Amino acid sequence: MELLLDSLFNGVAIGSVLLVAALGLAIVFGLMGVINLAHGELMMLGAYTTYVTQLIFKLPILKPFYNSYIIVSIFLAFIVSGVVGILLEKTIIRKLYGSPLETLLATWGVSLILQQFVRSVPLAYGTGLVISLIIGLFLPTTFPSKIKESINFKYFKFSSWIFAALTGVLTGSLISSSVSKLSRASARNVDVTAPSWMRGQVEIIGTAFPKTRLMIIVITLISVIAITLFLNQSAWGMRIRAVTQNRQMSDCLGISTEKVDIITFGIGSGLAGVAGVAVSLLGSVGPNVGGNYIVGCFMVVVLGGVGNLLGTVLASFGIGIMTDLIGAGRLLSIWPDMPLPLSNTINFFATTSMARVMIFALIVIFLQFKPTGLFPQKGRMVEN
Amino acid sequence: MSLSKIKFDKKIVLSFWIILIALIIAAPTLLPVFRLNLLGRYLSLSIVALGVDLIWGYTGLLSLGQGIFFALGGYCAAMYLQITSSSEFPNNIPEFFALYGVEKLPFFWEPFRSPVFTFFAIWIIPALVAGLIGFLVFRNRIKGVYFSILTQASLLVFFNFFNGQQKLINGTNGLKTDVTQLFGQMVGSESMQRIFFWITAILVIAAWFFAKWVVKGRFGNILIGIRDDEPRVRFTGYNPVIFKTIIFSIAGGLAGISGALYTVQSGIVSPQFMTVPFSIEMVIWVAVGGRGTLLGAILGAVFINYAKSLVSEALPASWMFIQGGLFILVVTALPEGVLGWIQGDGPRNLLQRFGLKRKIETYPSLEVNNKEGNNE
Repeated sequence: MELLLDSLFNGVAIGSVLLVAALGLAIVFGLMGVINLAHGELMMLGAYTTYVTQLIFKLPILKPFYNSYIIVSIFLAFIVSGVVGILLEKTIIRKLYGSPLETLLATWGVSLILQQFVRSVPLAYGTGLVISLIIGLFLPTTFPSKIKESINFKYFKFSSWIFAALTGVLTGSLISSSVSKLSRASARNVDVTAPSWMRGQVEIIGTAFPKTRLMIIVITLISVIAITLFLNQSAWGMRIRAVTQNRQMSDCLGISTEKVDIITFGIGSGLAGVAGVAVSLLGSVGPNVGGNYIVGCFMVVVLGGVGNLLGTVLASFGIGIMTDLIGAGRLLSIWPDMPLPLSNTINFFATTSMARVMIFALIVIFLQFKPTGLFPQKGRMVEN
Repeated sequence: MSLSKIKFDKKIVLSFWIILIALIIAAPTLLPVFRLNLLGRYLSLSIVALGVDLIWGYTGLLSLGQGIFFALGGYCAAMYLQITSSSEFPNNIPEFFALYGVEKLPFFWEPFRSPVFTFFAIWIIPALVAGLIGFLVFRNRIKGVYFSILTQASLLVFFNFFNGQQKLINGTNGLKTDVTQLFGQMVGSESMQRIFFWITAILVIAAWFFAKWVVKGRFGNILIGIRDDEPRVRFTGYNPVIFKTIIFSIAGGLAGISGALYTVQSGIVSPQFMTVPFSIEMVIWVAVGGRGTLLGAILGAVFINYAKSLVSEALPASWMFIQGGLFILVVTALPEGVLGWIQGDGPRNLLQRFGLKRKIETYPSLEVNNKEGNNE
């Protein structure tokens, strides 16, 4: 019993990291059909945001609130990754709708650039750049409609970008002068230390669970609930679902598909940022941190069936529990006296990397029987 | 994609070939050993690029897992070399086995004692593996991005497997070839490398002709049909699964040959050949050179890799930016690649942009793939 609980918890812990990482991807890929290979790098940005927030909260002014930095960084990571995602959509992905393979290559290019960016640009100035992006993109939308509709709107827009750039440079140099760790570029991995209330373990039914793992499960739970509510209850959620089902008809009925695309992509990217916070709690943060998760995320989405959140949830927990069962060789301890060839096979796969081999092989076999995943979209088209 | 091919005079073609062959023969004396070796490696990479061009440029299958077949070919060649030159080590097996306490050659390496078997294994084993993976995927009508993702996942499967198996294939460390012997000569030696360069150059030309022959005629037409409208091909009575499987295993075989040549020239094969970035890089060589133009794939592979080594020597940090920029630029601004642009309407359009004012036609596949609706 204890063993089973242990295995279940470990599986859920692995699965919840996968789920929070795959959630954004499920939205972007599932609803828009866009393959975003830069998703892992958006996660990395979220993880670095956590790191920067942590260091800024160590400044004397914010020191009293240090313990709450992780909560703040969740929101900040959502905003940072979301804004970078929106910029990506506006500049590149928008041009490539309808040609997914090209999107795949372009976003891979973006991911390379983002990786090298965090390596060779000091984090302080990176923060400044992101702040100026946020201001530049959102300031024009807050103008009164009188200005928005006037013919001179582009000048207002231009001047708001100049303002944004100035603010960015100012905050960048401010941060770089006050936090010395952020003022130099470095390719080294950095570590996020959890605040004191998140260290240690909790005992549930006789088993000790690390608090950070529980925190990740909580983050995942909140993200899933929030995104389900958003998609099913809000007006924009309804528009997003409408565009998913039939883009042209939604367009005809007056839904601005352009706005829907931006919002969908922004939310998907923002969720990647939240996933980045979760990932930063698990280990050190480096430029390559996203690459470890991206293929797993795609597997979750493919396995769960495209455009279906329930499928994503089930698939990620399924993969998580299977990874734990295979990778830790738990089947052996559940059934100790199994025949020798079988136990040899299980021992062969009982490492993290071999468990991955096994899981992917199982997924490919599964797709032989259900090529469109657990919960396929129903339709009558020759091609989806 | 109807590219108006530029027709050349027969004399020009003949002199082109004579110059090319003369250059290949003279290259070892013209270039220093280091550069010659690099050129040989890049030429061998252009064979795998040809395979990518066949499956992506002609058939529309974007595989992100060509590294599997590339590495398999490399491992076959490297293991043969290791086994043949292992006579002075205990148990007559390659040195690394002793590190992990293996005393007998694993059974599946036994056939690699024979050079004939190895010669065939280098391209048949990758082709078979590719055929199997391809068949399993295509059978279910998994296509487009799903195919890409699945090939990438299989790449990771192979990477993890090869990375973790020390006792069978030396795991992360890979197999070294440069100190092994072939026909009584050291593989890493200068004279051997020169011969490998010539073999590579000949094989590149052979592979080019082979690829040209594959895409010619009815078979090639069906491939292009599959790329442009697969359901239609199916409704016409052809079974796309067979054609896709065949072309995918051809590409796998080419990748295997390329991997073997690359291995003997770089001196090592390791699971690094199966990393995700390397396999995606192969796609960008083809994309820059021009997909659907076989020559473009070769030129793209050679020139991009050459640029990579030059840039990395001068400014190590900037190559990632340049490469990332290349991906974005090629996809958004130059979808047909450089050669496709030259062969197509590119130069004329450029001239028109400055002189005559006529609007450029859009990229054909944008109009074909426009089912999702283009909100511009």
